[in-house]
Order: sequence, then C-alpha cells, then structure tokens
Amino acid sequence: MTGGPRSEATVERRFGDYGGRYVPETLVPALDELEGAWLEASRDPGYRAELARLLRDYAGRPTPLYLAERLSERVGRTVYLKREDLAHTGSHKINNALGQALLARRMGKQRVIAETGAGQHGVATATACALLGLRCVVYMGAEDMRRQRPNVERMKLLGAEVEPVEAGAGTLKEAVSAAIRDWVANVADTHYVIGSAVGPSPYPSLVRELQRVIGEEARAQLLEVEGRLPERVIACVGGGSNSIGTFVAFYDDAGVRLIGVEAAGEGIETGRHGAPLTTGARGILHGAESAVLQDEDGQILEAHSISAGLDYPGSGPEHACLRDSGRATYEAVTDEQALAAFRELARLEGIIPALESAHAIAWLLANPGEEGGIDLVTLSGRGDKDLAEVLARG
Amino acid sequence: MADAAAVAGADRIAAAFADHGRRAALMPYLMAGFPDRDGSLAVGEACVEAGADLIELGVPFSDPLADGPVIHTAATEALARGATVDSALSVCESLSARVPVVLMIYANPVLARGAERFARMAADAGAAGLIVPDLPHDEAGELRAACDAHGLALVPLVAPTTTGERLASICAQARGFVYTVSLTGTTGERSQLPPELSRTVERVRAAAPVPVAVGFGISTGEQARRVAELADGVIVGSRVMRAAGEGGAQAVREVVAELAAALAAD
Repeated sequence: MTGGPRSEATVERRFGDYGGRYVPETLVPALDELEGAWLEASRDPGYRAELARLLRDYAGRPTPLYLAERLSERVGRTVYLKREDLAHTGSHKINNALGQALLARRMGKQRVIAETGAGQHGVATATACALLGLRCVVYMGAEDMRRQRPNVERMKLLGAEVEPVEAGAGTLKEAVSAAIRDWVANVADTHYVIGSAVGPSPYPSLVRELQRVIGEEARAQLLEVEGRLPERVIACVGGGSNSIGTFVAFYDDAGVRLIGVEAAGEGIETGRHGAPLTTGARGILHGAESAVLQDEDGQILEAHSISAGLDYPGSGPEHACLRDSGRATYEAVTDEQALAAFRELARLEGIIPALESAHAIAWLLANPGEEGGIDLVTLSGRGDKDLAEVLARG
Repeated sequence: MADAAAVAGADRIAAAFADHGRRAALMPYLMAGFPDRDGSLAVGEACVEAGADLIELGVPFSDPLADGPVIHTAATEALARGATVDSALSVCESLSARVPVVLMIYANPVLARGAERFARMAADAGAAGLIVPDLPHDEAGELRAACDAHGLALVPLVAPTTTGERLASICAQARGFVYTVSLTGTTGERSQLPPELSRTVERVRAAAPVPVAVGFGISTGEQARRVAELADGVIVGSRVMRAAGEGGAQAVREVVAELAAALAAD
C-alpha cells in the first residue's frame, strides 16, 4: 500500500456529459501540457517512487483505519473511520498537493498557486512547496481568512504568500476565480494546484488519481480486518476530492453503497446551503460542466455553509455523473447537524473532526440503517482549525 | 434560409471592417446594465456618436474569469442593479439599429437557455455576432451550428499561447473576425503593449480568412494607433468602462472620440 496513481492512469475529458474545458483560450495549451505531463509522470517509475516515498515517510501513509467502537455502539453498526485527519498537515489535501507539486517541478514551473477555502488545501500546498523549494501563492476569500485564522498563520509560516480575495462573499468561489485569473496571467512559469476534483479537464481526473490512495488503502485495510467489504461508504462533498478518492476504489463493488454528504447550511428550503448535487441544475463553473447553484438567468449563486471547505456552489463533474448513473447518492446535512456531530465525535471517540468531515458523521448519526452492517466513513481532516468558529456558536 | 441568415451577421461585420475609412475599425466594449440599463444605452449611443464602427456589448455575469477588476466590478454592479440577460438583449436591440453589435457573454448564461434558444434570442435582438470567452474552440461546435443557423457570427478568440496547429483549426472555423487577445492575462489597461504583439498578430493574420481585431490592454490613442498598424480592428474595454464609471456617457464620448481621432487616416 504505497499509494499514488494507477500506472494506467487516464484522463477523462468528460464524465458522461459533464466536465469539459470551459476556460479562456490562453489556458488551453497549459491544460494540454498538464495532461501530457501527468500521463507521462503517472507512468514513470521515478515519479511514482518519489511520490510513494513522500506519502509514506513525509505524509505518514498509510493512514490508520480505526474501528470507532463507541460510535458503532451509538448507531448500532460497525463503523470504521479512515483517518485522513492523521495525515501530515491534518487532512487528505496533502495527497494531492504532494503529487501536483512534484508535477510542477517536473514541468519546470517554479511558481505554484492555489486556492483555499478552509485553509487545508492552502496549508498542504504551502507545505509541499516548502519541501520542494517552490514559490507559493495562495488565494483565500477574506471571509474565510477571518474564520480560518490559524491556517492563514500556518501558510505564512510555511513561506507562502496569502492573497486575500475581497470579491463577492469572500469565500471559496471567489478564491478559485482569483487563482484562475492569476494563472491566465502567469501561465508560462506557474502551475495551478487545484485542491479539489473540480475545474477543467484534466484536473478532475488528476485529483481523483492522487486521492484514490484513500479508498484503496481503506478497502485493503477493511478486507484485512473484517474479511469483507462495507455496506456503506460515506464521505463529505464540497468540490468532492476526499469522497471521489474514497469512492473510486469501490466502483466495481456492486454491493457497496456510496453516499456523498453535502452541506445543507441553514436548510435546503432556505436556499442558504452548499448542496449543488442535491438541488442544483446543470451549469458551468470554473471550467467544468457539473451540478451548479445558479438562478434561472444563469448567474452563479453564493453557497452557504458553516464549513468553509463545503461553502462552494459547484461540485466535481464525476460526482454529477455518479449521481445521474445512480452509482452514488448525495444527501445533505445542516450546519446544526454538523456542529452536533462535531461535538459528539469529540466526546465519543476523542477525535475532533474538521467541520467538513463532521457532515459525514452527522449523516451517519441521522441514518443508522439496519443493525449489524459495516460502514466506512472518511474522516477527511482534523478540526483544530474550526475551534474558534464552533466555540463562537456557543 | 439558414444559410442566407448565416451571411447576415457576418456580412454586417465584414462591411463594418471594410467601410470605416480609418486605419482600423474601432470597437469599444461596454457592459450592458452599467451603470444601469438606460445609462448603458446612453454610453452605447455616445460610443456610436464618437465614431465606433462596431460595439462589443458585454452581458453581465457573476463570475467573469477572463476579466480584470474594472469590467468585473461593472458586471457586479450591473447585476446588483437588476441587470438580466433579457435587459442586456434589449440594450443590444436599441444599439444594433445603428452599428453592428457583437455580444460578449460567458458560457453559463448561454447553457442555461440552451445554445439553440440563446442564438435565436440574440439574433432576434439584432446581434451580429457572439463572443464567448470561456468557450474554447473544442467546446464550441454546438453553439457555432446554432449561430450559423440564426445568422450570428461566432467570433473565436486566440491568445499568444495558442499553438500553430490550434490556430489553424480555430481560424478555419472563424466567423466575422478573429479576436486576438494581445497578452496572457485578463482584461484591463496596461501602460505598454506587449513586446511580442506584432509577432502574435502576424501569426493570426496569416491563418485567418476574416479580419483580425486585437483587444485586452489597449487604452490610449497612441496604443490604438500602433495596434492599427498590425490589425484590422482595435477593441478597447476597460478604459471605456472606467470612463463610464467616472463620468458617464459624456466621459465615454471623449475617450472614444480620442481613440477615433488617433485612428483617423492621414
């Protein structure tokens, strides 16, 4: 279990009829270059060995699969947590950041840019850039900088420049837009490390391949301890990188239900949520066609979630395809449910989850299902960054 | 009928590029609905009166990835004041009686209606062409067919980064004119033209069977005049929108008149 992409990694231009490359012409050659470099790297034993070494020795993989006994008792099932919160930098984002930073170096790009919502991807990218000696600029919404202060300080400590984005609601959507504008202007010497399975092709495929280590490890670990596969695999979905990286390992296991949990924010009925797969229409955002929150005129709407990482009006195109095919189902839990799950997991298991991951736990608590089955929940990150936000809510 | 209609938009654009009597055609950009609907109509009329040969009319969008701060802000303010795609098309309808209007709209508002329906709406509003800055050549087939059927020219963009092979296939499918992005970056005023501009434009001219217009980063009369030595048309956006924000239609009239004077034949 050394991780990394499959040697036969492919790049999908479309997932069903979602995906594509809806970007300014200036970027199209860069996407072609990235696709070529990725396909080459993913087949190169040197790249694969270096990534595997970093994932093992630096990021701490494989992460544990933990049998959460008190949580299991609470829901009447056997619940395993895939502990991405124990990876270096505190979330699954490091898997993708290391892979893409190595790719940037391989392409001869000395400058790396990233967007971040909760700050986890920004910290992971800043970390990978520090490790590889690359210059790093992270775009972050001004509102997110307020609610994720510790991660802002962490990025700066790691040598990254953090660029505040004031436009719109000052959250993840505007941070992605600002990063894309930077990339358009600096495409010759800059690689854009997108943090989720979103964006123009090849990004959704590239990020999934770099995150599939989560699902492949978890699947093998479960088979080892239980001798069988779980009935349900549950993960939170913002753009959807930890979920796609988990789900992909179970695509061919017909008996395994895949459940993505979105942010219902203040409630789906209020319109203030981050649940495009649950409620959104087909649309184009940040270079890809997928499920998007928009009004009838085709203007993109602001998302709302207590969790900065799920506060995004779009979703990865592969998720939209999985939803339509019925292979995965998508549901949403509210801010209040996520906060309750955040506290419950802390008290039951001594694990403080990221607010993003708390959405997956909240869905499990609300949907215990039949007694006796096995569930796998991806705990995408740790919750230290969220303490101030949670305590402020009383 | 479709073929006859297809000629119409491209023909009006071709005539505007042929008959301007200047060093190059002048195409100011304005944002429909900025500062408000009637204000943008006044800005458009000021552009025409000051000498615009064509108008690029922006349809406000919430997430304009190809635009810099001036046009981004104009779009945000237009939307905050209630601008819609329909109200933008009503501005198009008024202005298109006087000059050919090329609509600049992002892909999502087009997709929200469907390519066929949007092309019909734009044609009904008198548009001569469409520019969709986040719909690159490879994704444009369906919209191009719909535009052809409704007599709209789907104007492609090319960039300094566009490779030779791509350039050839983009230009082979070009309608109306080829919009050459002068620089690698978003829209906005720059103090200098990019040094590689003449090489960029030469490559495009060699491949394009239609006129070549240049936009992004052009704001002064001097810059416009230098671009006119290379290309068939000059597009000025952020400078015009800045004037609209600072001094309304009167300020726009002055800016466009200055650009027109700089492009006057000797």
